[in-house]
Amino acid sequence: MDAQEQQLPQPPRPEPALENRPYWEALTEHRLVLQRCTGCQRIRHYPRPVCDACFSMAYDWAEASGRGTVHTWAITHHPFHPGFKRQVPYTTVTVDLEEGVRLQAPFRGDSALLKIGLAVVVDYEDVDANLTLPCFRLA
Amino acid sequence: MDQDLISLKDRAAVTGVGETAYVRETNKTVVALCMEASLAAIADAGLHPRDIDGVIPYPEAGLIAEDFITNFGLTDLRYSAQTPMGGASPVAAVQSAAMAVATGVANHVLVVLGLGSLADVRITKRLSDMPQMRLIGEFEMPLGMNAPAQLYAHMARRHMELYGTTSEQFAEVAMTCRHHAQLNERAMMRKPMTLADHQASRLIVEPFRLFDCCLESAGAAAVIVSRAAQAPDLKQRPVYIGGIAEGHPPSPSAITQRNEMTRLGLANAAPVAFRMAGVTPADIDVAEIYDCFTWTVICQLEDLGFCAKGEGGRFVEQGRLRLGGELPVNTHGGLLSEAHIGGMNHIVELVRQLRGVCGERQVADAEVGLVTGYGDLGDGSVAIMHR
Repeated sequence: MDAQEQQLPQPPRPEPALENRPYWEALTEHRLVLQRCTGCQRIRHYPRPVCDACFSMAYDWAEASGRGTVHTWAITHHPFHPGFKRQVPYTTVTVDLEEGVRLQAPFRGDSALLKIGLAVVVDYEDVDANLTLPCFRLA
Repeated sequence: MDQDLISLKDRAAVTGVGETAYVRETNKTVVALCMEASLAAIADAGLHPRDIDGVIPYPEAGLIAEDFITNFGLTDLRYSAQTPMGGASPVAAVQSAAMAVATGVANHVLVVLGLGSLADVRITKRLSDMPQMRLIGEFEMPLGMNAPAQLYAHMARRHMELYGTTSEQFAEVAMTCRHHAQLNERAMMRKPMTLADHQASRLIVEPFRLFDCCLESAGAAAVIVSRAAQAPDLKQRPVYIGGIAEGHPPSPSAITQRNEMTRLGLANAAPVAFRMAGVTPADIDVAEIYDCFTWTVICQLEDLGFCAKGEGGRFVEQGRLRLGGELPVNTHGGLLSEAHIGGMNHIVELVRQLRGVCGERQVADAEVGLVTGYGDLGDGSVAIMHR
């Protein structure tokens, strides 16, 4: 890495809402958890205070299998944030998780293989001791 | 219909339009730009600034009603509102203005949108500061999705995979806008564009190339919405609002979680507006369709009912959207080639088309037209106007 590259800013860090910390803490333990309504057992993502099915505000965090299928994808060539300048081009996938919600994350694999319905599995990339981000690989 | 309900059909008219020059960089503040466009619209209507008794400024410009009271010396402003829906804001604001004049709350409502120099308001900064983007900010931006182009690319790719939509069909939209911009001296991009030019433009975020993406501009545009009964006494030929509506998709702030990501909020709004106006897509002579990206036009044509879901790509082929075609679209050049004035420039253009004053780019005998807004990752708005 040359001096100029070292000066590039880092990607933006998530600033978790108070209630969302368990999601991010689980990722640091290489676990994917999803918010589950304890009123009607419905899984929801992204996290929010109210279940839009039964309007309960009670929930817990359910461990997800990490398995899913590709819903769609994009390949970024232009770094819209300077923190991603080193990474372009990179592929992001939107994945239908087995639990019925979607997760969007970088795809680590050959993007030429991508198609709707392709089976993928979540993996974890440690940024530092306090932050782990999800990504997807071929199942 | 319930006797207590007031339909907005033909209750309001757009009586004045105005704008600044559209440029890449400016040394004017967004406040000054908005005032300049507002005064132009007021003069166009033949009104005095103190005739304005309602104002709806574009929230992201940072202007509030007080700015207009101060600058115009208003003594009796009766109505102010904001419609924070990104690019769907201007048409939604016209709906709110039409409600205000139809109910007698106000007589002449000013609707204005301005954008300052890019250095101050790069799109990624604008986006991350918006409350609508809270979820995107926490869950998607840290993973590399930082701009609308990336978020919409996921929608466009799904549309291509499901329906066979192609980059060449995207190019039809871009070339149509550029073709029309050559007939518009206000347009920022007037150099001819061929299919080869489009296909050779650099990849931004697949499936989008540079020429699939709108411009970033500085400038302002404004319209005056007046009570229909007063419109014939003003300076210009009135353009009446026959039908108007806004619509929001489920999961409006996260495309990722939307049940059908290729169906926009516009799909909810369009049937309401067409029913109110008492017309069908076949009656539309000219359409100004929010074009932040080429694909967004294709998707909206479907959600408006001009063709079935999935047929938008084929619909735009063979010059159908060009002047002289079956459905002339973005006769000013749109956000893709005129300027990105948040779609307020689309409303201005539709009004001028229905007045019949567009010169070389005039759609012959344009009587009924349509304008859409699209923003905040899926919100939609649509107005059907007639002369």
